[in-house]
Amino acid sequence: MSLRADTTVAIRRFSRAQRWVHRTTAVLMGVCVLTAACLYVPQFAELVGRRALVVTLHIWAGLALPVPVLAGLASRAFRADLGRLNRFGPHDRTWLRAALHRDKSPASRPAGKFNAGQKLYASWLAGATLVMLGTGLMMWFTHLTPLLWRTSATFVHDWLALTIGIVLAGHIGMALADPEARRGMRTGSVSSDWAEREHPLWRP
Amino acid sequence: MNEDVHQGVDEDHPEKRGTPVGRRVFLGTLALGAAGVVAAPPLQRGLEGFLGSAADKDPTGLTGLLPNGGGFRYYSVASSVPRKNADSYRLTVDGLVDRPTTYTLADLRALPQTRLVRDVQCVTGWRVPDTPFEGVRLSRLLDAARVRPTAKAIRFTCFDGTYTESLTLAQARRADVLVALRMQDKDLGHSHGGPVRLYVAPMYFYKSAKWLSGITVTDEVRPGYWEERGYDVDAWVGRSNGRDDEPTS
Repeated sequence: MSLRADTTVAIRRFSRAQRWVHRTTAVLMGVCVLTAACLYVPQFAELVGRRALVVTLHIWAGLALPVPVLAGLASRAFRADLGRLNRFGPHDRTWLRAALHRDKSPASRPAGKFNAGQKLYASWLAGATLVMLGTGLMMWFTHLTPLLWRTSATFVHDWLALTIGIVLAGHIGMALADPEARRGMRTGSVSSDWAEREHPLWRP
Repeated sequence: MNEDVHQGVDEDHPEKRGTPVGRRVFLGTLALGAAGVVAAPPLQRGLEGFLGSAADKDPTGLTGLLPNGGGFRYYSVASSVPRKNADSYRLTVDGLVDRPTTYTLADLRALPQTRLVRDVQCVTGWRVPDTPFEGVRLSRLLDAARVRPTAKAIRFTCFDGTYTESLTLAQARRADVLVALRMQDKDLGHSHGGPVRLYVAPMYFYKSAKWLSGITVTDEVRPGYWEERGYDVDAWVGRSNGRDDEPTS
């Protein structure tokens, strides 16, 4: 029994509102990805069929995808985290450089409440989601936009979908590799040991 | 709220809060998406050319999963589709005809076959060039059934139990409309709508109903499955559904 284990305490990381924003966004994104696979991958399409139903599910999950984040803006804690995700300090540059060189030592990975990778992921995914929403609407309301736009929107929607799928797989893979990070998102609290190691510049 | 103070991110002192890189990434992604829509036509042509040649040398078939990777895509509106073979398959011709008829696969194969090589154009955008289809001209089956003078249109039904299609009688009598038994010089497989599908060469591919099992002559056009969901009934390639693709026939 080490001394460290005795002194570790639970630290509040996410409020209830923040966790629900994450949960509902994850479910909606999951529906988008699964239905997209059933529309797109021939093997899944043959397995599932029911194209009209799958299209309806995909469209409504996609339309609803930004709603949890917009609702989350009512929470002060959520808004504060958006501010943290937005702002990059000198330490984020250090973190990114270490990530590029595959340097995994904690000393070269300084991070506040969110590390530079998490900040980039959040901002990129927010932008990508809105691009998917925009191009999706252009494909859905076919009579609103000229034909050339629609074909182009399909092109962007398809390739960005593939990119988002890969990035999401990375996000989920990293979460699977870090039980304490998952506990933070599930219960709202993390151990002080973990916070000190992964987010040394975070002052809760 | 005062995290990161030591490293220069201080929310109480705006000049020390750090750079808003997140906002820039967010707006940059949006701008890239918009630029992608604008630059899509040349990008798409380039990629199609590259992926098309890569797919020829790709034994894994993975390139087929990439967007615009070339080839057909499987669309079914039913939950599952029964399989039919030479023993179980039947095609009925009925409605406003004097001689309702039921064909087996062997009956259809015994009739004179027509082979057409045209591009296939889907209304969702994909196009498969120079695809051979082979089968019996629909006009031959209609003539054999002796269509009555009051007839105006055809309704097609499918053994997936759900899909329906329609053509006017004039469209159905065109020489480039087949009851197809073969595609790409092979017997039609199940996933391509086999053993027998409709092939309407000059129209978007949703008109070419898969798993064809019934041809009913009617006195008016009854819109088919996708047509009840907003697609054009007269689906000429390049002149319908708001699209301007090059005609296929």
